[in-house]
Parts: sequence; structure tokens; C-alpha cells
Amino acid sequence: MALRNIMGKRVGIGLMGSRALSTATCDVESGSAKSINLYSAINQALHVALETDPRAFVFGEDVSFGGVFRCTTGLADRFGKARVFNTPLCEQGIVGFGIGLAAMGNRAIAEIQFADYIYPAFDQIVNEAAKFRYRSGNQFNCGGLTIRAPYGAVGHGGHYHSQSPEAFFCHVPGIKVVIPRSPRQAKGLLLSCIRDPNPVVFFEPKWLYRLAVEEVPEHDYMLPLSEAEVIRQGSDITLVGWGAQLSIMEQACIEAEKDGISCELIDLKTLIPWDKETVEASVRKTGRVLISHEAPVTGGFGAEISASIVECCFLRLEAPVARVCGLDTPFPLVFEPFYMPTKNKILDAIKATVNY
Amino acid sequence: MEAALTKKDCIITSYRDHCTFVARGGTLLEVFAELNGRQAGCSRGKGGSMHFYKKDSNFYGGHGIVGAQVPLGCGLAFAQKYCKDEAVTFALYGDGAANQGQLFENLNISALWDLPAILVCENNHYGMGTAEWRAAKSPAYYKRGDYAPGLKVDEMDALAVKQACTFSKEHALKNGPIILEMDTYRYHGHSMSDPGSTYRTRDEITGVRQDIEKEVRKELDNAVAQAKENPVPESSQLFTDVYAKGLGVEL
Repeated sequence: MALRNIMGKRVGIGLMGSRALSTATCDVESGSAKSINLYSAINQALHVALETDPRAFVFGEDVSFGGVFRCTTGLADRFGKARVFNTPLCEQGIVGFGIGLAAMGNRAIAEIQFADYIYPAFDQIVNEAAKFRYRSGNQFNCGGLTIRAPYGAVGHGGHYHSQSPEAFFCHVPGIKVVIPRSPRQAKGLLLSCIRDPNPVVFFEPKWLYRLAVEEVPEHDYMLPLSEAEVIRQGSDITLVGWGAQLSIMEQACIEAEKDGISCELIDLKTLIPWDKETVEASVRKTGRVLISHEAPVTGGFGAEISASIVECCFLRLEAPVARVCGLDTPFPLVFEPFYMPTKNKILDAIKATVNY
Repeated sequence: MEAALTKKDCIITSYRDHCTFVARGGTLLEVFAELNGRQAGCSRGKGGSMHFYKKDSNFYGGHGIVGAQVPLGCGLAFAQKYCKDEAVTFALYGDGAANQGQLFENLNISALWDLPAILVCENNHYGMGTAEWRAAKSPAYYKRGDYAPGLKVDEMDALAVKQACTFSKEHALKNGPIILEMDTYRYHGHSMSDPGSTYRTRDEITGVRQDIEKEVRKELDNAVAQAKENPVPESSQLFTDVYAKGLGVEL
């Protein structure tokens, strides 16, 4: 099932109907582009990163043979095992080691095999990486550190292969959190993250690794961080999301349009520091906002967006801020379809908000 | 291992828990029902493959985050010692997880307080896709205890395993923690997503695999058929067991 953007141009072909994706903006770019999937786009970004910076390293569990999701294919062969290497099974050690490597001026690209396994490294990220520059009065920093981790539901992942832990990291000034929605976005954003002089946690929507296919420019390019993108124009309600959830939200927008509701959809891309201006401008236009994410609703990043919007746009709002998120339970196995913020749940919330 | 233990001894392991569960008295129906997410499963369909538990035979599961089960095991051992149970805890983990920091933290704790904990490293020489020589400076996992003694055992020899466990249980009750390294082989890949051939050769695999499957297959097929008949848990079960009824307001 291919989706068409507002100009009727066919963009982004999904391999299976339910999670097809589109990139609504089609910048004219120089050079050729090829239709590739998400893991290939990330792989390309990593190749470019190591090619352009001789002091860039990629390491993590099983990255040598290509990684469990093929994101690191070919890197070890091309750049050698001094730059692309496996680590033992020790997340805290991997990240701590990465911080040290980055502190010496290198680009340390660490992979955590699944975002569900990132917690042993939480102390290193929060207490070391995020505060290094600050507490040393800018003498030292680990800006060259980028931590990549596949996150999100995949249909059968259960408790420990499906989590969306982004909210934990959004509560830490000093690091950035970036989540791409598609192959073209992923390549550009990952290169920006790697080159950004701040430590970044980059969550990759694993459901889309093979499923999302898009025209991705073959050259080296970067996409700006902390800049949200309006991927669908609308006037009745603003929807805010990131990562794989956007494709679900887009389907809801398309359905809502049949009922005459015009939805504006925003991809946040960078969660911290997030682009409040773009979201605020949109809410000033529409007067309504709905946020959706897979992570449980309580304490999810949607809560931060909601609070901020209410602060700045209280008198403009026509309805309460809606959040359509995962339930407040551990990520379930058999109950996954009930847990997830589905298209219908979003559609219901859109209608309720518009008819408030 | 079961031959050397009683059901009063605790066992805790990682996600590779199917056989351990059966050895602790779990039925095939409970196994297949859990794998299919049905009510008759040992975790009532809510855990899945990685989370099998059996309280009445002190099987503490069934853990997805490798290495995390070892500190838990040491805690179990402390409780056993405190309550004078005359029982021990076997905390199993793999050669991959052997490099987790929390393991060493709890080895220290167990040795310090003489806990009846037996740390069992099931060494199949691969951690996911990485061979042990690439992940461990010292693949002599049984020696990693330093101040805690260790034994290396041929896990393919059932009698050797039994002897080692009997010995370890006696030792742990008197002297505190001991490490057992069980030398074994990985027949299949790490998981359903891993063909097991991207990081080793097919010849290596077929050389080791033996055919003891035919007889057992019939029994398995029956259990699978039964499991498929079983109903899935009620949707209300999605919300149960997140919290226990405690003090304060009920949501």
C-alpha cells in the first residue's frame, strides 16, 4: 500500500499495508537517491560517519557480523576491527567506555542491542555523560558519544524487546534524544547526532527496520536537530508524535479527513531539546492538540508536551490536550494489541477533541 | 542437576528456561500453553517463552535481562540461610552474561556473608552472535570467583553434572558460594531470529547434534494440541498483577 502526500505524489512504499510510511516533504536534492529500508539507511549513515572521520568508532554487542538488525553490516570489513568491534555483554561498561573514548575527542558510536537493555547504562548516561561538560566547567566533554538503540513494539517482542524508554532520558539536561520516523530521516538525523558536539541517545524504531522503504539520497547529508517538522498540514487539530507511531497517526488523520476533520501532523524528531516553537505555532492555528506515543501514558513524554502547551496556549485551547498512549502496564506479550495506541483509539480521540 | 537437588533448593535462570521448568516438575501443557499465551500456561499466559516460573518447586524463573537473575539468586540464598532451610540456590547464567558487572557485585556479597549460592555458568561458548574468545579475556569462568572456588564440569555428561551439583550443594551449605562452569554446546541459534550460522559453520553444528527426538515427539505433539485448545487469558488480565493491593487508594 503506497501513501500519497498532499500533492498527490506517491512517496514511500510500505511492504505491508498496516504500517506504510510517507515522508511528506520532498526536498529536491542534488545527487541520486535509492529506495532502501531503515536498517540500510542507518548502515549508510554509519559508513559515511566512519569514512569522513578517521576517529569514529562503532562498537557494541554483535556489531561485527552486522548486528542483530543488520545495521552494522560491512563496517568491520571495510574499516577494520580496530574501529568496529564487539564488546562483551555489559551495557554499563559499553557506555562508560564510550564516554571515555569520546572524552578523548573521538566519535564513539555505541550500540545497545535493544533499548530494553539500556538500564544498566542509565547511571553512566545520566550521571556521567550528561554532566561531564557542565561539572568540569567545559574543560572536558563527551560530545562525540552517540548511543544507538532499537526501540518500540514489533508485534511479538513482549516485555523486553518492545519498550519505549525515551521518557527516562528526556528528564536529563545535558543529553539529546532523537527518534527518526523513516529511512531518509534516519540517515540525516543519525549523521547529525554523530557530529553534534553533545552526547545523544538515538532510538531507532525497530518495527520499521525492514518495513519502511523510502528514497534515500546516496550522498552525505544531515538533518537539523531540535527542529520539528510539519509532515501534514491541517487546520482543526494538531497531532504530535515521533518514530513509528507517526505512521499510525497518519492513518488516523486520513480517516478523520473523510469526516471533514483537517489534521496537522508534526514529527518532533528531537525530544530534548524539543522544538516548542513549531508545536506552539501549530496549536495557535488549530486550537487543539493530541499527542501519541507507545510508551505508557503516565510520565511519558506526552505529559511534558501537554504541560508546556497548556502553559503557553491556555487561552487558545478549545479542548483539553489529548494523549493516546500505551497503557500503564508492563509491555505485555499476548495483550499487545490492546496495549498499543492504535489508529482507532487515535481517531476516537481526534473526534472527541474536535467535538468537545 | 535435579537428581542432586530437592524441591526445597531454589533454581533461578535466564530466559532459556523451558527445560529447567520441566525438570522442576512443570508439565508440557503448561509449557506450550505459555508459549501460545494461553491461560493454562505456567505464568497464566502473561509471561511467554522467557518467563516460566513454578513457585511450588522453588523455580524462580525465567529472566529476559541476562545477568539480572544472579543478584536475585544471591538474595534467595540469603533468605534460605536466614531461615535455616538447609537448602541452596542455583543461579544459572550464560557465558555472555558472565561479563555483567552485577554478577561480580553479588559474588562478593555472597562470599562476604557465606551465602549458600551456587553460580552456574552454562558455557555454550557463544553470547548471541559473539564467540567467547571475543568477549572474555578469561574464558575460564569457573576461575573468575577468585576468592570463591570453582569447578569445571562437562555438561554433556549427566552423571558428572549430578556429582558436581551434589558436591556444590554440600560445599555451599558449609562454606558459601561456589562457581560451576558447565561446558556445553549450542545446538540451535540464539533465538528464532538467529539461524546460528552467520557466526559459525554448519559442519560444526551437525557434528554435535544427536537424534534423540523421535520418541519424545509424540508426547510433545499431544501437549501442543491441548495447548492450542486452551483459551487465551481474559482481556481484563492485561491490568492485573501490575501492583498488589496495598495501602492507599485503589485505582
